[in-house]
Amino acid sequence: MFKFVDEYRDKDLCRRLAEGIIGISKKPFTIMEVCGGHTMSIRKNGIHKLIGSNIKLVSGPGCPVCVTSQKDIDKAIALARLNNVVVCTFGDMVDVPGTSVTLAEVKAEKGNVRVVYSVQDVLSFAKNEPDKHFVFIGIGFETTAPTIAAAIMQAKAEKIKNFSVLALNKTMPAALKAVLEDKDAKINALISPGHVSTITGTGIYKFIVDDLRISCCVAGFEPADILRAIYLLAELRENNKVSLINAYERAVKENGNEKAKYIMYEVFDSADAEWRGFGVIPASGLRIRKEFADLDAEKIFKIDVGASKEIKGCICGDILRGIKEPKNCKLFGQKCTPMKPQGACMVSSEGTCAAWYKYGE
Amino acid sequence: MCWSVPGKIINIKGKTAEVEVSGIVKNISLDLLKEASRGDYVLVHAGYAIQKVDEADAKFTIEFFNNKGKNV
Repeated sequence: MFKFVDEYRDKDLCRRLAEGIIGISKKPFTIMEVCGGHTMSIRKNGIHKLIGSNIKLVSGPGCPVCVTSQKDIDKAIALARLNNVVVCTFGDMVDVPGTSVTLAEVKAEKGNVRVVYSVQDVLSFAKNEPDKHFVFIGIGFETTAPTIAAAIMQAKAEKIKNFSVLALNKTMPAALKAVLEDKDAKINALISPGHVSTITGTGIYKFIVDDLRISCCVAGFEPADILRAIYLLAELRENNKVSLINAYERAVKENGNEKAKYIMYEVFDSADAEWRGFGVIPASGLRIRKEFADLDAEKIFKIDVGASKEIKGCICGDILRGIKEPKNCKLFGQKCTPMKPQGACMVSSEGTCAAWYKYGE
Repeated sequence: MCWSVPGKIINIKGKTAEVEVSGIVKNISLDLLKEASRGDYVLVHAGYAIQKVDEADAKFTIEFFNNKGKNV
């Protein structure tokens, strides 16, 4: 028994919830699931096929690998090409095509790219191999950023000099604003990211409900969690109401994780960030503060990657904005497959194209 | 985006907990939590516990499902 997981995968319960959604939902309705984890769970469990034809589920910009810009991918690759530097990264990043190569190809050529589960692993490398400099590629949203901040503080406290971070972390609010204010993306409601919310709390979505008049429901990742969120959003829609609901009570508190937020903003400042498909979004990223400049790979290595180029025909950007689907891409399933990915959304284990390819339309 | 899984704390040494997730035991940092104790369930993400899983709230959610399950 996998506690707090198996209970929310009960088939009979999911079937009854899906029937309930079909029973109450009459108006056409487009819901964006922001998080790539939700996209994967929806496709894997076939939820989009259980809830009737008038509810459309659209993927959003919530896959940290997918939204990493081509320029930032090229920066990671440039670092990996330096002598005596070992680039450490979460696994999905190694196969994302840069302008000329991938990190996996640099790894094969020079052997100085390592895949890690946690930034803690990188601190261990740095302690055990003092002759090399270890750079961690810091991607991820508010869920992951505090773990990286905690590691930076630990490195400072323990005077680990051969460790630094390429800070590419991003934050949700400004990006959600950019998505929802995009006239091409006709979104009626959001399934809000569950694990970002364990850190931030639910308050970050208030402006979406109050100012943009779009309902938000924070959801867990099991099928019954997602069906429940859709059910609650459909109820609001049918009653012409707009509201913010927390349907992931077991993990998300209204104020989130105060200690994690404190640590995050001890190390990072909010900053403009470049997102694949969106360009630069003001105040949507995190930059290492000057007190920790000796742990900031951008400051230590002064990387200049020149002009970055995306792969011709790749529409990952439009998919991340929720205005296109993988089936609209000429490369999808032909030139672009998990074995030979052309775009980040096919590489990432939370990418929309990867989900469509693995579990079908 | 931010895969996290619930696991049970089976032992704590300083700022590190041994957390059992579906039969596998991993050393997880408690740096991001104000406090945690043996027997607590926590959400594990990238080597860190990011939140305690609230057992009472989990029961509440299950009751929601069972009620909604009946009404629909």
